[in-house]
Parts: sequence; C-alpha cells; structure tokens
Amino acid sequence: MKVKKKIKTIKVVADKCNGCRACEMICSAFHASPKYSSNNPERSRIRVIRDPLSDIYLPVYAGEYTPAECMGRDKYVLDGKEYGECAFCRASCPSRSLFKEPDSGLPLKCDMCEDDPSQETPLCVQWCVNEALVYEEREEEIDDGSEALGDMETGVASLVDKYGLEKILDTVARMSASRKD
Amino acid sequence: MRYAETGYNLEVDLSRGSIERVETDPRETELHLGGLGANAKILWDRVPPETDPFAPENLLIFSAGILVGTPAPSANRTIVSTFSPQTKLMAYSMMGGFFAPELKYAGYDKIIIRGQSPKLVYLWVSNDKVEIRDASHLQGKGAGDAAELIKKELNEPKAQIASIGLAGENRVFYASIEQGRSSASRGGVGAVMGDKGLKAIAVRGTKDVNIARPAPFIGLCNDVLNYIKFRSTHPIPGVPAILSGLGSPQEMAIHDESWHTENFAWGNARHRRKGFWTKEVEEDWRDTQENARERLISCYNCPMKCGATIAVPDTPTYMMKCYSKLTYAMGAMSDLKFGFKIAQQATEYGVDAFSAPQTMAFAIELYEAGILTDADMPGFPTGNEDRFYWLLDKIVRREGIGDILADGTYWAAQRIGKGADAFAHNNIKKHEQLPLKLGMLNPLYFLMYSTGEKIGITQIEGQFPQAPFNTMEEREEFVKDWFQVPDEKFKKYFLDWEPRGENSNPYYPTVEMSCEIVDWMEKMHYIDDAAGICAGLSSFPLKPPYHMHNYPLLLSAATGFDIDEARLSQIARRNRTLIRAINVRRGLRRADEKPPEDHWKKRFPELEEKLLDAYYKFKGWNSEGIPTKESLHELAMDYVSEDLERRGILKNEG
Ligand code: SF4
Ligand code: SF4
Ligand code: SF4
Repeated sequence: MKVKKKIKTIKVVADKCNGCRACEMICSAFHASPKYSSNNPERSRIRVIRDPLSDIYLPVYAGEYTPAECMGRDKYVLDGKEYGECAFCRASCPSRSLFKEPDSGLPLKCDMCEDDPSQETPLCVQWCVNEALVYEEREEEIDDGSEALGDMETGVASLVDKYGLEKILDTVARMSASRKD
Repeated sequence: MRYAETGYNLEVDLSRGSIERVETDPRETELHLGGLGANAKILWDRVPPETDPFAPENLLIFSAGILVGTPAPSANRTIVSTFSPQTKLMAYSMMGGFFAPELKYAGYDKIIIRGQSPKLVYLWVSNDKVEIRDASHLQGKGAGDAAELIKKELNEPKAQIASIGLAGENRVFYASIEQGRSSASRGGVGAVMGDKGLKAIAVRGTKDVNIARPAPFIGLCNDVLNYIKFRSTHPIPGVPAILSGLGSPQEMAIHDESWHTENFAWGNARHRRKGFWTKEVEEDWRDTQENARERLISCYNCPMKCGATIAVPDTPTYMMKCYSKLTYAMGAMSDLKFGFKIAQQATEYGVDAFSAPQTMAFAIELYEAGILTDADMPGFPTGNEDRFYWLLDKIVRREGIGDILADGTYWAAQRIGKGADAFAHNNIKKHEQLPLKLGMLNPLYFLMYSTGEKIGITQIEGQFPQAPFNTMEEREEFVKDWFQVPDEKFKKYFLDWEPRGENSNPYYPTVEMSCEIVDWMEKMHYIDDAAGICAGLSSFPLKPPYHMHNYPLLLSAATGFDIDEARLSQIARRNRTLIRAINVRRGLRRADEKPPEDHWKKRFPELEEKLLDAYYKFKGWNSEGIPTKESLHELAMDYVSEDLERRGILKNEG
C-alpha cells in the first residue's frame, strides 16, 4: 500500500555559513525542558564543523544512532579543503563523541523540531539569519512501512548495545526497587 | 540554582601552581552584574593601588559578561581586566569571538590569574578538569600558531584559545591577547599575560547555561533578532555607509573607504588626504579586498559578519577584524595590499593595531627629524613599508631601538628626549588614539575623549549621531522611529542641532545637554560590558537592537532578579564610578583628562572647562573628578569613600 509522506528537507548552503553556531545554541535551548530553560551546544542536534583557517564551515545534522562504527573511515577533499574523518556522516556513532548527550552519552537525533509544540520552521533555520539553512517541504508517495523507533526506544536500544540487555534489566529492577522504599 | 551566570570563578595562582574553583556571592551580582563591573570590584578589593602592573600581585581577569552563553544574540564578550603597563591605570579590553561562551559552558564566569610562573605555561580548562601545562615548546610562536598547536596536542579541535605572541612574551606595552577572529588589544593586557608567564588559555565546556524565566527571555531574544533583520534591510540614510548599519564598522564587507581614508589622518596621525579616494584607488583597493577575503565570519551567536578570513599571496591565512585593515596601511602611507600583508605578521606577534602602527609612524618621523639617527637604528631601510617591517620586528623582540618603542609613544618620547614628546602628540592618558584630526570642537566628543576611562573613543561613543543632519526633513525622518532614546528630550536636542549658526558646535548641544547625551552614551557601554553584549549591536551603532527599554527586561528574565530601568541605570553608574575610584586611587586627576592638543583646530578653553565642571557634577564627582562621599553613599559604596578618605584623597568633612 502506498501512503503520502511529508518529506522535510533542510538545505545546507555551507557557502553562506559564517560559523556563528546560533543553530547549535537554539537547538539545545529548544530541546531543554522546560523549553529554553537552558542551552548547551554540546546537546545540539546540529553541529558546525568549523575550521576557519582552512575555510571549512560544515553544519551537520544528527541522524540515526548506530551501535557499531563502519568498517573503515572516509575522508573528503573538496575544492582543495580536507575535511576530517567521517565529517559528512550524521550518525551518533561509538567512534566519536559527536551527537551524544554530554552526561549520559545517550544518542541525539534531529527531530525537525516536531517536538511539542511542533514548529512550522525548525528553530535552527529560524535563527540562521544568514540563510545557510533553508527549510523545504514536499510530499512523496512511499510504501507503507513500520514506524521508526521513538526517541526513548532509540535511547534504550543504545544502552542495550553498550551494556547488554541483562545489565539494563538488572539496573531497571534495582532502580524501581529503590524508588519504592 | 544560579541563572545566567554559573556562580563560579576559577582562581589560578601561577607562582604556586594552585588552582581553585570558588563560588561567588550572588549579592555581588545584584550590585555589579558581571563582566566589567564584577572585574572592577575584584580589582578594587584585591589589588592595592601601589601595585606595579608587572608585579605578581597584579591580577589578570578573563570574565564572561552575565548574558554570555545565553540565547541573547552577540552575548559573547570576554572582558579582560588588569592594570596597564602603559597607562598604569585599569586596563580595559574586550574581545568577541568564542572564548567567553565556552568558559560559561565549562562552568565558570571568570578566570582570575595571579602570580608569575617561573617558566612559560598554558592553562587547560576542560569542564572540571583544569591543568597548568608546560609551554616551553611554544615560546616565540605566533599567537595563532600556538593556538593551533595546542588544539592538536590536546586533540580538542573544539577548544577555544586565547593566546599571546612574541610581543606579549616580551612585555611590549601594547601587546594583545589574540583569539581566532578577535583580540583584546588595548592597554597592554597581552604584556601582563606575558609577564605572568602565561602563553595561552584553552577552554572547552559541555555544561548548561540556565535561564530563570525562559518564555519571556526567548521572546525578547527573538525581538532582538527580528530587529537585526529589519535593520539589515533599512540602513540609516544621511550618514556615511560605514555608520548606517549594525555591527562593528563593516570594514571587511564594505570596500568604499572614502570616509576613513579622507577624514582620518595618515602617517603619525598627521596628514588629511582630501581627494585621495580616486577611481583608480577605489578599483585597486576593491580588487585587493575581494581577492584577499575568503569569507566573512562572525562571533558566537551573532548574525553579523564583522570579521573575515584573509589570504594574500605568500602569507599564511589569518583572521582580521574591522579596523586593522587600515591602520597599518595609513600609518605607513601605503596601500591596502601592504595593510593586509603586514597585519598577518602583526596579528601573529600579537600587537594592538592602533598603537603599533602609530608608534612605528612616530619612529619614522623622529628619524626624518634627525632625533633618531642611524646610530640609533643601524640598518634602517629607506622605503616606508620596509621600515614598518623592520620596526615591527625590533619592537616585538625588544631589540635595540625596539626596546624603547615597545613602551609606546609616550614613554618612548620620555626616554628619547630631544623634543621627541612633540611627536607623541596623539595620546590620551599615555595611550595612542584613533588618528583623527578635525576642525571645530564638538562638545560631546570633548567630554567623551576627556573623561572616557576605556581610553578609546569607540568604547564610549554611539547612540547619538556624530554630526547634525543638514535639513529638518532628514532630522524628522531620523527621529521618527528612534525609540531607543531613554527620554523624548534627546529627539528635540537632535532636531535643533544645526550644522551652522547659533545651534551648532561648539555651543550646541549646550553644556547641560552635552552632559545628558554623553552620560547616556557611556551608560549603554557600561551595561554592555557587564552583560557581555557586543557594542556592535548595542552601544556603538545608531538605532541598535539593545537599548534602555529592553535591557532591563532581558536581564531580569535571564537572571531572575527584578531589574527595572532605574535600577539598571544605578548598576551602570555604580560600575562606572567604581572604575573611576580605582583610577583615582592610582593617581588619575582632572589634569589627565584632555584630548590631544591638536585633535581640533578650533579650541575653546573656557567652554571646555565649563563642560568638564558640569559633567563632573552630573556624574557625582568633585571638581578634580573624584567621586564624592554622597554619590558613593547613594551607590552603596561607602567602603570606597572610607578608603579614599583614609588615603587623604577625599577630605573627611563628616
Ligand atoms: S546559524 Fe547558520 S551561519 Fe550560523 S553556524 Fe549555523 S548554519 Fe552557520
Ligand atoms: S531541526 Fe530542530 S532538532 Fe533538528 S537540528 Fe534544527 S533545531 Fe535541532
Ligand atoms: S556584531 Fe560583529 S563583532 Fe559584534 S558579536 Fe557580531 S560579529 Fe562579533
């Protein structure tokens, strides 16, 4: 069966990025709870890879969590500029600290600001006054598939990958016991 | 929980090698906010007035303003405070960039450095982990090179680094602290850092900055952002392009330099060159700029782009901010190509881009006047450009004549003698000024130049137009949406200000009006410097997004204190008065408060005295410029008047 799906795209015009990191700041503020009660770019779901002396400005969005790193790494040279290993990859990956909550290490993933209340335009786009981030929407027909994992499930799955299911179950049991006391 | 601020300072003693994380008193925040005001309180409390700037007891403070790291656009200022080797007064330098927000995210409002390390070190702050690390391998390295090496050895590409170059290591009195696209340059703060044996501070932080009342705060921030967007499409008509928009002067974006090159003075702040900006010059400079500029870049959380990465042939790529583009070019009577090239070296050496070129132009004048000779300067080249490179090298190494010139024009003239002081003509309080020589005295600028404690005109001016508009229509158009004024009367002052006739300079704005206007302009700077907001979006340009009406709301929502306009004015006044008291305690008096003799051709000694008398009174200072006991009491600073009385600076009349 075919269903209609809204495809949301953020066009990253890296040439226009001036490296201000407003996108990082506002993403983390929007996802704080309560909203805007704190900010911390390390919690952002967009990060700007920034190396001014090499003229590298690359906003990257947090994509899926991956339990294992790739078999090898890639490294791009574009217009004579050498980007770091895995620079273009969006994964929250064990090989690097990018796209992880600083305290818990839980993976971060861009949710297009569909969080409550859902925003018409993603926050990072609203705050990128230089129009390096441009929001676009279109509809596409796709095969009906299963729902993607929710935020919590992704988080738990990553913990399971890290510590094993048994340990997680133990911990949850212990925590719920101590809460009851 | 503490809001907006972290509530912690990092205290580092380089003599003992000790590091402490110290909780601060929130009552101090209520009195001074953060940034400059908080720095002043620490310097007042802890550095006795006899302290030599190069003594281990002198403190070097890196402070993040109270809004830094919050969503407020352009809240990114690091306020560096210490005592200046050049002026001997409180040095007062600020930088944008990315350092202060990173410090906040690491969990600190300030780093307070005292003591002197026996060998060159750098400080590595990574959240709670703080280390003093050996920097002997970085000795002599350029400020930017050192920063890159530190990032590599720490394997921390995201660390933000403030560092000094050779000039700082050798205690050149106008050495800067460089930080990527920004620098704290004025007052010789880099020399104090070098004296402490501190090559760099590297910071990396991954903690939260909290807001007390998130919903109203983010609303206000969005208003600021929207107004910035509005102003970018609505430049102010009737003023030079460079003054029509927001941000620091848009030197990197704009190539039309007719205003600076024809109105500012070249060489040793001597020659006005009317008619300089010809078609050929314009084409040549535009091409040079367009070829050299890789990208316009901004500071943390700011949509403006006041800096640029510059790449010229045979020179490493570097970052430049606004005015250094012209100071070397004009000092050497050369062109933009030379300016871009030498600025790269000067930035790596880490020198102030006002004082350094001025001192070099001063040396060339002395040589041409026969006061300095080949015996003083063996091997001095012939062309101006070669001479600048030669001098720069000697200065940062303190070699030969460079050792004397490294103290700046005032002290160099004292040491050289033979009438050299007539050539050190562009100083205020021993510090080199913008090279500007004008005709008719402007009462507002007279007061700002004389009394400004930041000792640089761009750090006090703003808000009120620099000159009257020609026609009434233009003026009416200007005041229509001038909602930033704290009081409607300022609109009237401006409407009535004429280029000629009775209501023109120097007698209009009147003495009373001048006091009010200057006080307003200065106040906005002091608020910015406590908040850590860039002057380029606030106190410096006309019609800025931050002003007296939204500032109290922003500060209240961020901190959770209840700050209204009156209370904010009081805080700004307190901070301003405290800095005055610090400098008074170090000997500052009325006699020091004067613009360069030749700043204007037409001077009015009687009016100038009147202006100063009235302004001192307006500020709550006595006729010597010393805060009175009553005004200190109103500001809850009786401890200051008690100290000044004990020292016999204030007479005890009680
Ligand atoms: S807000 Fe825009 S310009 Fe600023 S860093 Fe992000 S993408 Fe770049
Ligand atoms: S779209 Fe929303 S969630 Fe995704 S990076 Fe931008 S601000 Fe963050
Ligand atoms: S206005 Fe310019 S100098 Fe100020 S913070 Fe923004 S980019 Fe930096």
